[in-house]
Amino acid sequence: MIAPRLVIEALSAISLRAAGAPILRRVSLTVDTGEVHGLVGESGAGKSTIAKAILGIVPAQVKITSGRIVFEGRDLLALPATELRAVLGRDITLVPQDPSTALNPSRRIDAQMTDGLRLKRGLSMREARLRARTLLAEVQIRDPERVLSSYPHQLSGGMRQRVLIAAAFALEPKLVIADEPTTALDVTVQKQILRLIRALQERHGTSVLFVSHDLGVVAQICDRVSVLYMGKVVEQGRTADILQNPRHPYTQALLAANPRYDRPDTGLEPTPPEVVAALRAEIAAFDAGGSVGEARDG
Amino acid sequence: MADDLVVARGLVVAYGRRSAQLFGSRKRVPVLHGVGLRVGRGETVGIVGESGSGKTTLGRALLGLVEPTAGTVTFDGADITAIDEKGRRPLRRRMQMIFQDPMSSLNPRHTIGRILTEPLVLHGFATSRKAALSLVHGVLDRVGLSRNTVERYSFELSGGQRQRVGIARAVVLKPDFVLADEIVSGLDVSTQAQVLRLLKELTSEMHLALAFISHDLSVVRSICQRVVVMREGRVVEEGPCERVFTAPADDYTRMLIDAIPLPTVDPGWLTRGAAAEAAVPG
Repeated sequence: MIAPRLVIEALSAISLRAAGAPILRRVSLTVDTGEVHGLVGESGAGKSTIAKAILGIVPAQVKITSGRIVFEGRDLLALPATELRAVLGRDITLVPQDPSTALNPSRRIDAQMTDGLRLKRGLSMREARLRARTLLAEVQIRDPERVLSSYPHQLSGGMRQRVLIAAAFALEPKLVIADEPTTALDVTVQKQILRLIRALQERHGTSVLFVSHDLGVVAQICDRVSVLYMGKVVEQGRTADILQNPRHPYTQALLAANPRYDRPDTGLEPTPPEVVAALRAEIAAFDAGGSVGEARDG
Repeated sequence: MADDLVVARGLVVAYGRRSAQLFGSRKRVPVLHGVGLRVGRGETVGIVGESGSGKTTLGRALLGLVEPTAGTVTFDGADITAIDEKGRRPLRRRMQMIFQDPMSSLNPRHTIGRILTEPLVLHGFATSRKAALSLVHGVLDRVGLSRNTVERYSFELSGGQRQRVGIARAVVLKPDFVLADEIVSGLDVSTQAQVLRLLKELTSEMHLALAFISHDLSVVRSICQRVVVMREGRVVEEGPCERVFTAPADDYTRMLIDAIPLPTVDPGWLTRGAAAEAAVPG
């Protein structure tokens, strides 16, 4: 049995701004080698906080109170800054949500793509540029030279996201954090981008933590999924199992609210009040130190 | 067939300035190339397409908010492209709009009460603030907001509550036609379900005609009777949802539908249609 590539153990965080309100409630999950693990939930569920905690970029008003983030045997939360810096951006990289703000508007793509290759992998400028070109070809950019010498504003949103994916995979990372990478894109472009992420991930055996609010996207790209509600994992398991046979009432409610064009008579179901009440009770009991609802976890 | 309330014929809209620009040409860029559309009384019509398809421009033209270069828009038989601002004013009450982002369409300095009562007084629905307030209480009850929302400011509300205010503002004047432009795109799925249900109920209760602009085809399928598919300023397909979604006649429509990820694991979905998409610039 190979150890999972990433192990998050009982990660808890609070908001310093909202009088210490919990943001993450003992979140535990593992991402195996070569696996795409989905982190799904509505706004405020804590998906992004988990991603930021792994990348060491939690905002100042968020405090991680306990737990461990173990990447290849080392707890990232306990790692000295210099060692952490060696891991981040090389072994762990990010595909950000919004391709229009993630790139520096005043630098050409080649400069931005070669930074990491030179600084983290020690390639020369020439080698780095060559590698960047290969990578752009890998994300199906037909004219890599033109893209390399472009500024971000000269590229479409889908093209920019391809560049960011190429950059994220450039250093052959072991773990890629994809934070809602297709939310800002049109559906046809989204499909291409999802296909690319899956293809690169499979080719390189990369592990991906895929953050999304969209159950449809999660269904098509994730091997396993953790469903979050108010910073707590309410259900976890293989994607097909969770979607076909959701056990937690929250997961059931999410699926019932989701409209789908192939079943026009279903969807748009409001969350039943008793489910809302039960969820609140579950969270309150958890905060009080109990473990009500824990038995339902997959 | 419902009898037509809003009809657009051969709409051409071009953006760009006539004045000299620092960079680039003076050419006006056409956004709509001769678009036709009908919305019947009490009918909900979805307008779908990807970014740059012209769906928002079409919506604005339906309300007379952009001036078409060619073509006409008639509302209840009156050509709104031909009448002046003064003539259009009485129609304004009957055509309302719900915006994508209520945070930017609700004045943050005004209470929700002021935002909702002012149009009532302006359009003569109420002669006093007090009378207006009682109408506002009625509409707040209907959209599922508590009456004390009138004392709140938009930034104090959640996204779902703000969108309910947006709906309340649109329907409080008892319009015949409402344009909704991407009104649920920023909402969580459970909030989205509530907002869409409310809208569906209101259109049927008030016999409202609704033009519902969205990039989300599953949402459109769930609340619209007919759908218009746009691409690059043209209507590529139009028809009853039931037919368009099950047997699309246009290749682009089919591709759009195939690109929607459904929450059911489908191992072939990712690779399906890869060749067809290669023809479309990313």
